[in-house]
Amino acid sequence: MSTTSNNSPQTKQPNRQRPANAEEEHGKLNESDEEMFAQLDSTVFKRFFYYASPYKKQMLIATLAVIGFTLANLALPLLVKFGIDDAINNTNSNLLKVIAISIVGVAGIYWFTNFLQNVLITRVALTVLYDIRADMFLQLQRLALSFSDKTPIGALMARMFGDVGALQEMLESSIEIIGDVLTLFGIIVILLVLDVHLALVTLAIVPALFLIRIVWQPFARRAFLRMRRNSSVVGVYLDQNVSGIRVVQALNRQEENTGIMGGKVHTFFWSAVRASRLGGVLMPTVELMTGTALALVLVVGGGRVLSESIEIGTMVAFLLYVQRFFEPIRTLTMHYALLQRAVASGHRIFELLDIPLEVEDKSDAKPIGDITGRIEFKNVTFGYDPARPILRNISFVAEPGQTIALVGPTGSGKTSITALAHRFYDVQEGSISIDDHDIRDVTQQSIGGVMGMVLQEPFLFSKSVLENVRYNTLNATREDVVAACRVIGAHDFVMQLDDGYDTTLEQRGSNLSVGQRQLLSFARALVADPKILVLDEATANIDSYTERIIQDALRKLLEGRTALVIAHRLSTIRNSDQIIVVQDGGIVEIGTHDELVASTGLYSQLWQTNYTSFDDIADNANDLTGMPASST
Amino acid sequence: MLKRITKLTLEYRWHFTASAVFAFTTAVTSLFIPKLLGQGVDDAIALIEGRNASRGEIESLLLTTALLVVLVSTLRGTTGFGQMFLGETLSQRVSNQLRMLYFDKLQVLSFSFHDRVHTGQLMSRGLSDIEGVRMFVQSGLVQIVRVFVMLVAAAIFMVQIDLQLAILSLSFVPFMAYRSARLRLQLRKVWREIQDALGDLTTTMQENLAGIRVVRAFSAQKYEESKFEVTAREVVELRMNAARTQARGGGAISFSFLIAWAVVLWVGGEKVISDQLTIGELTQFFFYLALLRFPVRMLIMIINSTARASSAGGRIFEVLDIPSEIADDTSSAPLEVTDGVLRFDNVSFSYGDAPALRGVSFEASKDHTVGIVGAPGSGKSSITNLIPRFYDPTHGTVSIDGTDLRKATILSVRQAIGLVEQDPFLFDGTIRDNIRYGDVTASAEKVVAAASIAQIHEFIDSLPDGYDTELGERGVGLSGGQRQRVAIARTLLTDSPILVLDDSTSSVDAGTDARIRGALKELTTGQTTIIIAHRLGSLQHADEIIVLDNGSVVERGSHDELIALNGHYRALWDLQRGRGVEGGE
Repeated sequence: MSTTSNNSPQTKQPNRQRPANAEEEHGKLNESDEEMFAQLDSTVFKRFFYYASPYKKQMLIATLAVIGFTLANLALPLLVKFGIDDAINNTNSNLLKVIAISIVGVAGIYWFTNFLQNVLITRVALTVLYDIRADMFLQLQRLALSFSDKTPIGALMARMFGDVGALQEMLESSIEIIGDVLTLFGIIVILLVLDVHLALVTLAIVPALFLIRIVWQPFARRAFLRMRRNSSVVGVYLDQNVSGIRVVQALNRQEENTGIMGGKVHTFFWSAVRASRLGGVLMPTVELMTGTALALVLVVGGGRVLSESIEIGTMVAFLLYVQRFFEPIRTLTMHYALLQRAVASGHRIFELLDIPLEVEDKSDAKPIGDITGRIEFKNVTFGYDPARPILRNISFVAEPGQTIALVGPTGSGKTSITALAHRFYDVQEGSISIDDHDIRDVTQQSIGGVMGMVLQEPFLFSKSVLENVRYNTLNATREDVVAACRVIGAHDFVMQLDDGYDTTLEQRGSNLSVGQRQLLSFARALVADPKILVLDEATANIDSYTERIIQDALRKLLEGRTALVIAHRLSTIRNSDQIIVVQDGGIVEIGTHDELVASTGLYSQLWQTNYTSFDDIADNANDLTGMPASST
Repeated sequence: MLKRITKLTLEYRWHFTASAVFAFTTAVTSLFIPKLLGQGVDDAIALIEGRNASRGEIESLLLTTALLVVLVSTLRGTTGFGQMFLGETLSQRVSNQLRMLYFDKLQVLSFSFHDRVHTGQLMSRGLSDIEGVRMFVQSGLVQIVRVFVMLVAAAIFMVQIDLQLAILSLSFVPFMAYRSARLRLQLRKVWREIQDALGDLTTTMQENLAGIRVVRAFSAQKYEESKFEVTAREVVELRMNAARTQARGGGAISFSFLIAWAVVLWVGGEKVISDQLTIGELTQFFFYLALLRFPVRMLIMIINSTARASSAGGRIFEVLDIPSEIADDTSSAPLEVTDGVLRFDNVSFSYGDAPALRGVSFEASKDHTVGIVGAPGSGKSSITNLIPRFYDPTHGTVSIDGTDLRKATILSVRQAIGLVEQDPFLFDGTIRDNIRYGDVTASAEKVVAAASIAQIHEFIDSLPDGYDTELGERGVGLSGGQRQRVAIARTLLTDSPILVLDDSTSSVDAGTDARIRGALKELTTGQTTIIIAHRLGSLQHADEIIVLDNGSVVERGSHDELIALNGHYRALWDLQRGRGVEGGE
């Protein structure tokens, strides 16, 4: 939706404040009714047309087909009229045959144009929706991570599928809508040509119908939107329960959840009932109008027949047309529900597409090219909420090939430093540069090419092991993948899987242990072979058993690369070229292990604390996680 | 499938009957209109020819007919509204019932099912397939009554006027029936393909969103886009296929219907010329045909929704029909925990072909802690899965206080066990809601107490909204360690006599980890504790430590005993110690 609505979340949803150390609200999707109504429908339609404009040619042909179809449709009563007046009344059998054959011809045109319009419009509708969905997808890939963190996947899925689906239904039925509208005008013209007098009398009731619609519309609109929203609430809840099924079962929440789901379904049900009542209420009205019009034709038309102003066939044609005249109005009423849904869905879709990107390539951004791998933070200040900086005045340099260990208590800002290095966010003050390029001057894509990342939580896709390890390094061969797995020490367990490297992993790799997943995510980084590596406490979950393998792998992984490591292992920390101690968003100490231990700063204190509370195994690297293993 | 949907719909007997009655009335009243109109035309002709009656009489007759038309139209509108409204309500009731059945089924289906079937697939069934069924109930089941009644009633009315012409007019019906049946089969196949493709697309999307950090970290947006493109394109092509099939089949039906018009005009016209039929009667035929446009148009829609529903229904019932591998039976009795003795007796287990556990035996009791160590894939997590009976062992028994878990009710087993997993899922909602997840009635004090033991209270307290802070999906707003601590608090709140900590402090720093364990020891009594940890220090004070290798117990004993044994555990211990030394001790 509009940009303004994205930036006024606090007042709307006071409960959605984030933890102090977490990212702040950014580009949150708006869910409030009131703002929806503030928007004009026409903006949504304009946007549709924008998407449809590349398919002008198809639409033109489709429109011609619709016109042909409508004409065929309208010709039928007219042919019947000629049949009655000119052939039957004049006992002209030959003419009758000709007219009957023309009806067959009209039927043929009807068939052909109907097929053409259906196929063409569906093609355009599907392509437009494909484009819209692809844009939504792209937008989700580009939006700041803070957005993904804050928006439930279920809600996004509802937009990608439920809302796009609603649009699709609308666009596909748009042929019928166009046909109905054309039919309406066609009938008016034919009636006027046949007999002006009778036509005017018959059409006199049309304005009343429009008046009723105008009154009805806002109520119906609100009801449809509410129904839509309630339906998405049900979807989100379903998603939560499927994703959290282990917890649900472990804590016996089934009954409670069924109650909650029941409540949500119930709310949805009643909003649907209300919407359908409002949708249906127009029907008796339209029927009454039709009846009245027919009655008028009978009485007035009967009189006209008597005074020989019109022939009997004309009256029959009138009666046939009047029935058809209200048929489009009736189906338009049915389609109105569809249209409402589509407009509501359109709002929700464009709202997502309109969230401004916080991190964008400059227009003259160039690929970063070959680099040596020097990273410099210069007086960097940053906060997810600019008013509350969580990093202040951070400056340091990582020379090519150096390993920098970031340590510090939970929430001190270590993860934010690594996120900034990859330009997931833009700094508020200061600058970050790789070699001599300010990272804001180069393309984001190219930064990804030179910088690899191993995340806190290994995420695997439900694809084969091979595809997971190769991931975005598309030119990596099978041999490259196997070689990387050997280096990391994952090869042995991969070979034990049913199909080795071709084994398809289950959702989030649940057929592997956490340690094994971690190893694969290591291998993935190795295959990508970046100049700069960011390791975000990736080693915390590795089982002690594989410690040695991992240590070796890590050494190989870090070799010849500049590395920023949020480290917990003593060996990693001690082998690093510099240790940066972060506290409360600022750097409190920089130096080597020995230098820092010798001082009386935070590092030395952390070291001491750990030492005393775990003195019996103090030399155990894995237990020397004196630096909080968790951070944000 | 359609039978089952119909059966489900018929459970709402009154709703269905009422909407069917309305559909019936609508159809019948609809058919009176052509009769009246034809009569009107005859009246008008009578007027011209001035036969039988005076002009005034016929004019008033015409007026009466006109009024009747208004009346019948209004009646048709009202019953039409009733039919539409009740049909929609009915369809919502059926789909909501299906939704609840589906939801409940997903909640009880065993983990082996959830491991196998992707969330995206389940979501696409829960959303679009149920909607497909709903559309069938609304536009299929109820409308078909109307279509059928209209066809039959029109036939009766027409036969009364002229048998030969009636047969000719309705000659398109058998062809229509044949084409519809064929079209339905074709569309059903296409719809099944569409739904499967949509499921794939949902999965692709879901994974992309869930793994968005990986995508960003590798700047893999382009790659992800191409993945998306392939699946999305497939959906487009399949849908095009459906549209083409439908347009072809629907077109043929409409064509045959229009041919009927030509035949009626020709044959009927000849009859009028030879005085076998009045113009008014012929007109009535045209009005009937005009009226039949609606059922013909509807029928094509019905075929489509029916085809979609039979495949969508298939996908839903497929899930509803899966027997949960873990379920209570009539002989299940609630488990009573007295001494909290958890016993694994010669337990073997496998997820598929490869055995995950081989003949594992151990025992843990009240106030005792059993530690489990082993390499990745050695079977530790399998043990965690067997204790709350997420899976059943292939051989041997798992028992609590002598009761085989398979003989106890699932509810009582899970109430007895508090499990904290390594990568816990937090729900959308406040921190308080999350901690109270297992006991929604827990008091504020109890929540604070549990959070305090888990060493997370101070942090929560420091947040601007405290316990009312909202968490996003998977609680990404919190760090891994914070999430683990919230999960520990969540489990502690349930006061389960048996506590299973599956590497649940892996992301918590060592100091906090020690404080959690200290607080647990101090503040809780009478609990049986199983700890799985990679940090050997966490296990050092365990009463017994079990060392697993490749699914078997290879060593067991206290820390000191195991060190003295000089085996696997010792090697592991030295490895960890050794690295410290190597690191430059």
